[in-house]
Amino acid sequence: MIKFFLMVNKQGQTRLSKYYENVDISKRAALEADVVKGCLSRRKDECSFVEYKDYKLVYRQYAALYIVVGITDTENELSIYELVHNFIEVLDKYFSRVVIYPSPIQSELDIMFNLDKVHIILDEMILNGHVVETNKNRILAPLLVLDKMVES
Amino acid sequence: MSDVVEKTLTALPGLLSLDLQTGAGKLSSTSKLGNLIRGITELTSKHDEEKLIKRELAAIKEQVSSPNTTMRQMKEIMVRSIYCEMLGYEADFSYIHAIKLAQQGSVLEKRVGYLAVSLFLNENHELLLLLVNTVLKDLQSTNLIEVCMALTVVSQIFPRDMIPAILPLVEEKLNHPKEIIRRKAVQALHKFYLIAPNQVQHIHSKFRKALCDKDPGVMAASLHIYLQMIKESADSYRDLAGSFVTILKQVVGGKLPVDYNYHSVPAPWVQIQLLRILALLGKDDQSTSELMYDVLDESIRRAEISHNITYAILFECVKTIYTIHPKEELLEKAAKCIGNFVLSPKINLKYLGLKALTYVVQQDANLALQHQMTIIECLDHSDIIIKRETLELLFRITNAQNVTVIVEKMLDFLRLCHEDYAIIDLVAKVAELAEKYPFRTPCPHLTPNNRWFIETMSTIFTVGGELMQPDIPSNFLRLLAEGSDSLEDDRQLRMYAVDSYVSLLQTNPTKLPQRFLQVISWVLGEYSHLVDDLSPCLVIELLVRLLERPDVASDTRSWVMTAVGKLSAGAGVGKLSAGTGAGGGTGEGAGLVQRVAQQHSSSLDTQLRQQALELQLLSQDPELHARVLPRGDAWGSLEVDSSLSFLDGFVSEALASGAAPYKPPHQRQEELRQEKALSLEPYALSLPISLSSCSIADRQSPTLLSISSGLSGNSAELAHRAGSGSLKLEGVKRVWGKDGYLPHQREVPEEPSVPQEDSAPAPPTFPQQSSALTPPSADPSEEDRDKQQLASSLFVGLSSNNSTCLMGKPEAPAPQRFRRKHKNTDSASASSSSDSSHSPHDAANHFLYSSLLEEGPASPIMLTQNSLAPSNRTEANGTHTRGDAPVLPTANGVADVGDREAPPSLTTANEAPSPGVGGHRDPPLLMGGMELVQPCPPPPAPTASTQSSAEGADTPQLPELPPESDHLPPESDHLPPELRNLPHSDMSPLASDQSLSLSCCRVHREDALVLVLQMSNACGAALLDVSVELQCHELKVASLRGNALESLPAQSVRVCWYTLLMEAPHTHVMVTGSVSYREESGPSHTLEISSKLSLADFLRPLVLSTEEYGKLWLSLSQDVKQNLKLLDPDGDPLCSSLSVLKDKLQLHVVDIIGSEGIVACKLLQGAPCLLHCRVHAGALAVWLRSPVPGLPDCLLYHLQRALQER
Repeated sequence: MIKFFLMVNKQGQTRLSKYYENVDISKRAALEADVVKGCLSRRKDECSFVEYKDYKLVYRQYAALYIVVGITDTENELSIYELVHNFIEVLDKYFSRVVIYPSPIQSELDIMFNLDKVHIILDEMILNGHVVETNKNRILAPLLVLDKMVES
Repeated sequence: MSDVVEKTLTALPGLLSLDLQTGAGKLSSTSKLGNLIRGITELTSKHDEEKLIKRELAAIKEQVSSPNTTMRQMKEIMVRSIYCEMLGYEADFSYIHAIKLAQQGSVLEKRVGYLAVSLFLNENHELLLLLVNTVLKDLQSTNLIEVCMALTVVSQIFPRDMIPAILPLVEEKLNHPKEIIRRKAVQALHKFYLIAPNQVQHIHSKFRKALCDKDPGVMAASLHIYLQMIKESADSYRDLAGSFVTILKQVVGGKLPVDYNYHSVPAPWVQIQLLRILALLGKDDQSTSELMYDVLDESIRRAEISHNITYAILFECVKTIYTIHPKEELLEKAAKCIGNFVLSPKINLKYLGLKALTYVVQQDANLALQHQMTIIECLDHSDIIIKRETLELLFRITNAQNVTVIVEKMLDFLRLCHEDYAIIDLVAKVAELAEKYPFRTPCPHLTPNNRWFIETMSTIFTVGGELMQPDIPSNFLRLLAEGSDSLEDDRQLRMYAVDSYVSLLQTNPTKLPQRFLQVISWVLGEYSHLVDDLSPCLVIELLVRLLERPDVASDTRSWVMTAVGKLSAGAGVGKLSAGTGAGGGTGEGAGLVQRVAQQHSSSLDTQLRQQALELQLLSQDPELHARVLPRGDAWGSLEVDSSLSFLDGFVSEALASGAAPYKPPHQRQEELRQEKALSLEPYALSLPISLSSCSIADRQSPTLLSISSGLSGNSAELAHRAGSGSLKLEGVKRVWGKDGYLPHQREVPEEPSVPQEDSAPAPPTFPQQSSALTPPSADPSEEDRDKQQLASSLFVGLSSNNSTCLMGKPEAPAPQRFRRKHKNTDSASASSSSDSSHSPHDAANHFLYSSLLEEGPASPIMLTQNSLAPSNRTEANGTHTRGDAPVLPTANGVADVGDREAPPSLTTANEAPSPGVGGHRDPPLLMGGMELVQPCPPPPAPTASTQSSAEGADTPQLPELPPESDHLPPESDHLPPELRNLPHSDMSPLASDQSLSLSCCRVHREDALVLVLQMSNACGAALLDVSVELQCHELKVASLRGNALESLPAQSVRVCWYTLLMEAPHTHVMVTGSVSYREESGPSHTLEISSKLSLADFLRPLVLSTEEYGKLWLSLSQDVKQNLKLLDPDGDPLCSSLSVLKDKLQLHVVDIIGSEGIVACKLLQGAPCLLHCRVHAGALAVWLRSPVPGLPDCLLYHLQRALQER
């Protein structure tokens, strides 16, 4: 099961956070700082999975952005690692520009200025800590309809 | 940094134009959100952040409260609030506006409103109730995107109590033509299943439909529900294994639309989900497993593209293959996969390989052997996570021969580790291993092993410090104290401990953690007298020095004081004061003790002061000292009865005299919450809680207590649970168990490993050993040799011929050193927890019934029956040749049910009236009936009713005969005349043997339920001393008649009747009992009977006027709402539904106004229950109120059934 989904930049600032179990808001900042410290300090040749308390963290770096997912021990780390990539591919498709290897500032700002939409995309993919949809067209369908309605 | 800012600013315009492109709300560079984002990116310190956000929050606050804020602005405000919360600053004033936005905004605004709600609020937030109406409205919207949003938010967050309000709407969406709506409806139901499983029990068939949906997305969504349900009870879904296999085959075969592919792999996450389901279904079930072999083989074969995602699938395949019933061919392939993982240069794959290996070694220890060199390499890997995972693997292959090496590796890791959680986990594991194996190394001399054990534990105490689980030190002390069978061994171990601790205290006590100091104090106090050449004064002095140190905590001081107290006798203090003369040394010790006592007798720490005063007293009175602190151990004879069974008598006495049964604190709290009027959570507490509370109350038998206390006392178990894995213990031979050291129980499988013994003698100390094993060396060949050596010491004992001993061979029974009465607690707790966990999820109708049945512990009734009449039974078999003895089909069923019944403790039937009473009343009732009833009661509705009494809940409620019906079945003739005209059920057979047949019928009297038991003598001779005993804890027997007869003449019929009342509501109650009789010249016989009574039997209409109803309604607080199925939707649904309920459950329909109806009933002589029914959205929304907590729930259950049966 997925416990939380974070996007942070290299400086360790949170750019998106979504929790799938109740974590008190006062504790989130400390948890995020801890988590980020655990992941950012790792070298490239070390594995992308970290133990953190009774969670496992799966992290993946995209230019200046890190995505960190907290999962339980029963989850399949590698499948989550790829889920992160799928998520990035969806974002890429939606924002129709290269997020995967972009100029660092741009991709981060993309997320920041569209925080609500990134959340909406994430909600389509992960629900209550379960991976519910991975088909890119279907993930984006509701959001594209929304956009169309706003335009017209 | 400034560079970055500059870039940011230059990037902005470009971004903004792009935003226009994607159709997002226009963000001018001066927009407030734009400003905030810019502000955030420019932050340089925490202080700046705080200032910025505080300012932002103030601005937001002002803006939201302004009436001129448009919804569009509100949307932006919400995003800004989300930012503030994301950075850790609460924006609670905006929560209500998020709800408002969801309510009033147009589509995108609405979506952001819902999004903000799901991010801001948690499941129990009270504002969530305000969302219900909005969701209801959106679910009914014609705009699909709104329906979609509503379903999304419902599947994220929704108040549990309000599920019934929207459930019908969500269910309806399962049939929607659009796949996305169907899919989201399934997701919403998954959420409901997670938070309130009993609410969705009735739609299990619809889950199946979703599984078979033509759209793959809907199917995939339903897999989540199935995985959950199968986790809870795999047995109920084994029939679906074939379907899951077919689905997986299609997915693997690429039958899904191509946009489900991820890097050319078809729907990988769906495959993984399916593999997990298959693993659960195939576990311990050969025939189900056989269905899967093909598809698993195909999955492995197809996963040839080298991409992470195929590895993820392979990993899942491997797990499944090793979980289900094994097949050689597949195991080989899986092992090959693991090999590829472990050997892969990709670090992530290596990790996964180690994880798979850890999972698998329990089944196949040889696999670890195959990869031993890789494992050794991983042990020294630069990545700490890989190291950690390797240790986890080693932990699971530990045996008596490699334990020292493995423990040393773990300790090495621990010394370098700084992460609290890892330390706690590893310390617990090392302690577990150390306690398991200390005497089992091949080395015959005890000293090194004692030494190993004590030193390992010392390292643990030092490293673990205050972090470790508190039960580790106490287990250790228990092991020392309880000892083994060999006194000499014990003495050696204790002496070694004393020696080692004295030298520790002499050298460097400052670094020792408090817990370790406590252990040291205890050991020294208890055992330092064993070491002859150790002066007690020296020990006292060392201890006293501890007292003087400021860094020693007060609870540690009290351990030290106690130790000093124990030692004071040894120091000759007592002798001195007794005037028997003392040498210089003892005098010194006495002086020291006196001084300590003196010094602390005025301590501010009351505990310490008291101990000091005690010490003063004890040191002056040797006799008292000897009595209070006897030297040597009294442990041998110490019995701890953790079940507190010696209190059983007291408890049952108290209970009998009316004391309330003990309830654990959490339950009391639960009930307090329940009693609160105006509770906001009527549903949350409704069905499951009231049931569980009644069952717990009824279960307060000492046996249950003993289970729970056994559990809590079982500290090894706790430590075990605290660790991450749940499988750790399996397959590891145990020498030190939960219950202490299990010495000399089994043959050590040492013989096969003779060659290895040379390479792995356990050298006396660790430093030497580790240096011998891993010397830093430049010479590669030497390094290799070292690795080989390490390998042989790590993997010793894992060769194929003794690998069997790792496979969880049943443990030899542990000698119960510490005689706790908690044998079998593991299995007991496991079974009880599994019972309780699956019971709520049983098929719909079994829920209540099964939990009711579970209330009773195993059956004393059967015991009494067996002990009473063994001869009787054999005799019955013997005389069976008579052939004419009709054996009713119920016999088995009744026995089964009786089997599970509660033990008799109420002895109502014992205070039976004299036989004369029955005799007086009965004769007039029995005229003329005799011929009709012999030789056995004619079964009027034979199979149906028989089964209903035997099987319980699944069958229809008793068919009530209308009182005016004049063709009464003949057996009603036996009813007493005053009952004959009352509504009653058919006479249904209960039990019979060759001479006596029993049947019963329920008569609904206005003030009570009368249970009429009819006894007919089918044999040619009279039966003597017929007596009936009936028990039911839940019911009150108001009166009874005719339950004892001096004789039952041949071929005659008698009745006895019980007047029953139900005081606390139950959906069903079982009445059990026995009828015993004696043949004229023969032995006595006993017939067991049992019958199920439903709440409906105890309900009576409550006749009220509408005004009275209104008043009563307002005064009641126990409140339950539920949507029920509506009958006759085309005609007059309300009237027809209510009339069905009225007939079946004896309700009184007070009034019907339009689409609403009010109905009232009462429990016999007791509490009223009012119902308010309304036809809404194709369902009957029922709202129940009653002063009695459980009544609405129980009644609701029957309402549901009554309507479903139609």
